[in-house]
Amino acid sequence: MRATLDRPGRQQRRPGPTSPPRLRRRRNRIDWWAIPMIVPAFIGLAALYLWPFLSTFVKSFMKVPVFGPGTFTGVDNYTKLLSDEDFWRALGNSARYTLLVLLGIPIAIVLAALIEQAAKGRTLYRVLFFLPVVTLPVAVGMVWRFILNGDFGILNYLLSLVGVPGEYWVADDRFTIYAFAVVGIWMGLGVNLIILGAGLQSIPVELYEASAVDGAGRIRQFFSITLPLLSPSVFFVTVLTIISALQMFDLVFVMLGSVNNTAIDGSKTIVYLFYEAAFVQFKQGYGAAIAIVLLVIIMIATAIQFRLQRRWVNYD
Amino acid sequence: MHRRLLIAPAIIAAAALLTACSNGNTGGDSNEKVTLTYGVWAGTQTPAMKEIAAAFTKENPNITVKVEERPWPEYWSTLQTGAAGGTAPDAFWMLAQNIRPYASGGQLLDVSDEIKKEKVDLSKYPKAVLDLYDQGDGKIYGLPKDVDTNAVWFNKAIFDKAGVAHPSANWTWDDFRATAKKLTDPAAGVWGVAAPIDYQGGYYNTIFQAGGQVISDDGKTAEIDSPKAQKGIEFWTNLQADKSSPTLKQLSDTEAETMFEQGKVAMYMSGAYWALKLYQNKQIAANVDVAPLPVGEKRATVTSGIVNVGFAGTKHPDAVKKFLLFASGKEAAEIQAKSGAVLPAYEGGEKAWMAAMPEFKNLQVFIDAKEYSVPLPVQGNAAEWQGDQTKYLTGAWEGTTSVADATKQYAGAIDKVLAEK
Repeated sequence: MRATLDRPGRQQRRPGPTSPPRLRRRRNRIDWWAIPMIVPAFIGLAALYLWPFLSTFVKSFMKVPVFGPGTFTGVDNYTKLLSDEDFWRALGNSARYTLLVLLGIPIAIVLAALIEQAAKGRTLYRVLFFLPVVTLPVAVGMVWRFILNGDFGILNYLLSLVGVPGEYWVADDRFTIYAFAVVGIWMGLGVNLIILGAGLQSIPVELYEASAVDGAGRIRQFFSITLPLLSPSVFFVTVLTIISALQMFDLVFVMLGSVNNTAIDGSKTIVYLFYEAAFVQFKQGYGAAIAIVLLVIIMIATAIQFRLQRRWVNYD
Repeated sequence: MHRRLLIAPAIIAAAALLTACSNGNTGGDSNEKVTLTYGVWAGTQTPAMKEIAAAFTKENPNITVKVEERPWPEYWSTLQTGAAGGTAPDAFWMLAQNIRPYASGGQLLDVSDEIKKEKVDLSKYPKAVLDLYDQGDGKIYGLPKDVDTNAVWFNKAIFDKAGVAHPSANWTWDDFRATAKKLTDPAAGVWGVAAPIDYQGGYYNTIFQAGGQVISDDGKTAEIDSPKAQKGIEFWTNLQADKSSPTLKQLSDTEAETMFEQGKVAMYMSGAYWALKLYQNKQIAANVDVAPLPVGEKRATVTSGIVNVGFAGTKHPDAVKKFLLFASGKEAAEIQAKSGAVLPAYEGGEKAWMAAMPEFKNLQVFIDAKEYSVPLPVQGNAAEWQGDQTKYLTGAWEGTTSVADATKQYAGAIDKVLAEK
């Protein structure tokens, strides 16, 4: 974990080649041999990542029928996108969802610290929290859809017991994003706990012992030792959470159930919009433009985070 | 999820390369052993489809057909990527809303020569459904395997408990509205009718009954905002305003058909395709009956049907064409009918369909409805403009927008889609 998160340029550069010419020639020969060796991996990479990316990029400037070649239309797709109110609404929904899901990180930190301190059953807790991660998102979505059903759901039943009127959580677009966020946080908790748990274990026990001698209590230790030393893991988890939240699609698809759900128009995320354009409405070029815009947004969001991390992430 | 979506095209590209390599042998030899794949989506029909495949192999021992079922939400995206990559099933189900890009993209086999060769009598098939799939290019891409018309499913027990007379064959819109009102009992959690925003089983029927239409005859403009079409939509908004139906939110949470099966709504206007599901539901089957659609200015129902089509990229076009005609033919119709799964399109299959569900005594109404059926409107990029329905019509159903305003805005959106080439 550490190695991947270290700021670029921090590692000591090896000194440049000062070897005699003979040796350098030998190195050259090894380079030639390396090329056929990396070809299989490169082909895989090219076929699975580079080619789809390039064709998506090119398609975003085209009008593409479902079958057969497309025609270039310049930035038509992009200008249409910018004036498409559905796009802005989807962007807002994705942003709202992402912010809400970030609330899962403090929850995960506290839970991870509690689990680390548990005298017994640490593995059991980890397994329990990890179960939603290895469960099919579709199954998870279905179960939550039943829980959140306005008339027959368990949640509204429980609310009615304490006298709170329930809402149509997955049929009213004022609430759907919150419903997605609850499920998203719950689903992501397992992975976050594993990463943060590993981070916690790498904090030397001596620090806690020393601080205890100095008179620091549990709370003080948490804020003065645990949090700063955990910050690289927190940063990593934040980056992952934001990326996956911006890509959220499956919960909309599964939790809103049918095409007749009238909440769907107010609940679409960017990737849902992409899916709809490319696979339901047969507008591949438009879909490609949405995908590229999403890519740019994710890149900017990630770049900003890497910038900001200098201020709060502690690598020492 | 997103990453998986990106990977999909790559896999297809790879698959395309592979099939391109193996496409060398087009196999004209008719004695060759051939295995075809047949893509379908409805689970309830799969047993009947397997039976049809087996019957076909019995007649053509060299051809085996493997039925491949995919769930509805995935069916179209898988088919689209499969066809683009050359890995689509050899034969598969097609809907009128979806056929346009496949036909114009050259992805479907033309079976008109086979129809001529085998002297298939096209008059045995419902004309409205054949017209629905006519792309105006002189080709025939397949024949319908089934047909659906609409009627009103109703729960006898709720009628009897409320002391309301069962619908008559000639009931009118006013009768329908009054009946729904009388059957509604908020205390018992029972509504008279389910009034969702449903085009095929719902408001398209009433638009035609009011003498309107959804799209103009030339297919270029929407007419859903015409005064007559608006009347057809008011049929539904009135039911919502009367509170004779669960709200749209309730119907979003729990679909209308499920509500009907749960005995929470007394009437559900929809297609013949629910017959078997209702028949198999032990809790409600004894209470289920069906009546013709109420009469507006005139009688009307939209009609559609699934067509069996063949993939142009198949390695065995002759075998596929043979199978397509068989799967939409007389024997296949009888197999389907016996299973009760759907109302077969081939004339004469209706009797066996009705006999499969003897306790449902009034299924004849679906067959009678063929008389006054009109093709489901599917002009242009239908998947796109039909998908917009909730965006524009929800306000009208919920009473926050007038029907005139909602339909006017929706018509504008449809016009835009229709204008795209």
